Amino acid sequence: METLETKTAKGIVVIYPEKCKGCGFCIEFCPSHVLDFSKEFNSKGYHYPVDIATDDCSGCDLCGLYCPDFAIFGNRIKDLVAKGIDISQVKRGVLK
Amino acid sequence: MILENPVNQFLRQDRLPHIWCPGCGIGTTVNCFTRALLESETDLNKVMIVSGIGCTGRVAGYMNLDSFHTTHGRAIPFATGMKLANPDLKVVVYSGDGDISAIGGNHFIHAARRNIEILVICVDNFTYGMTGGQVTPTSHIGAINSTTPYGNFEQPFNLPFLADSSGAVYVARWTAFHVHQLARSIKEALQKKGFSFIEVIAPCPTLYLRRNRLGDGIDEMKYYKEKSVVKNNADTKDVGISFKGEIVVGKFVDRERPSFLESMNVHYKKVLGDSYKTYGE
Repeated sequence: METLETKTAKGIVVIYPEKCKGCGFCIEFCPSHVLDFSKEFNSKGYHYPVDIATDDCSGCDLCGLYCPDFAIFGNRIKDLVAKGIDISQVKRGVLK
Repeated sequence: MILENPVNQFLRQDRLPHIWCPGCGIGTTVNCFTRALLESETDLNKVMIVSGIGCTGRVAGYMNLDSFHTTHGRAIPFATGMKLANPDLKVVVYSGDGDISAIGGNHFIHAARRNIEILVICVDNFTYGMTGGQVTPTSHIGAINSTTPYGNFEQPFNLPFLADSSGAVYVARWTAFHVHQLARSIKEALQKKGFSFIEVIAPCPTLYLRRNRLGDGIDEMKYYKEKSVVKNNADTKDVGISFKGEIVVGKFVDRERPSFLESMNVHYKKVLGDSYKTYGE
């Protein structure tokens, strides 16, 4: 769980590994190929998605629409900024 | 700061994680439904969700709306009663193909015939998931189910055609792959006055796909991506699905027809004259 400086990324993807059942929908259908399976297991024994290309995320939330377990979602940075959220404080990637 | 998933506000967090298998498409359709509710800015106090029995029947239990889990096949009559008792409500029936087209098949055609103002979302996975993978009226010819070990030989229902010919005013079909289109379709159907029907084809990895050696949920989703053809306003007669065949998706029917309450008011006004007080408008 780390906060990164935003440079090129247009979106922030947030993953809750403990909710994931490893179906792979988000990894397969991510238009920017941001995600891949983790090497680790979660407590249920599934490989959850991890963001391997964080800077490519567009924040389209297609992963969030596909995820049958509500374990992942994307956010557009400009939408968050419009809501007055400080981007540097937002936790991104895999939340443990 | 930790961001919250926009779906969470629509879910009963104390009931999660849900019972659906890894690779099941029902959760994906729930995302689309919540997206449609969010974008249409519907008053959530006026939305009712009714489910029958089955895997998809669990949706009502997980949604943080006024939800009802009814007996097998009886979601549509239950919804009809609610709509007629309180015409201000938006009533959504969210159930599976076994519940809506088999056990509740008669209710389905009569609700469409009467044009009751409800939205029926039928998640079609071609099998009875919860009870062990028996054949349903939508199972394809040749498909192996627990009750058809040598393959199914019964002609399946073409649900959009059934809804269209029974008189539904809005008929669409999407798959679990077409998330944006499905969300848009649900949003449109929520605004329709009359019986709206959306069929959503979803993978059942544990029973249907495994028995038929079609791979996992993700393989089925790739198949939807490759083999589905969008044909809006297609003749519903031609949109039947065959085993491993092409899936025609799209919005097939969008028309206007007097709803049950409108017809009732017009008729009684004519017969009883001024002594009749219009109901529900």
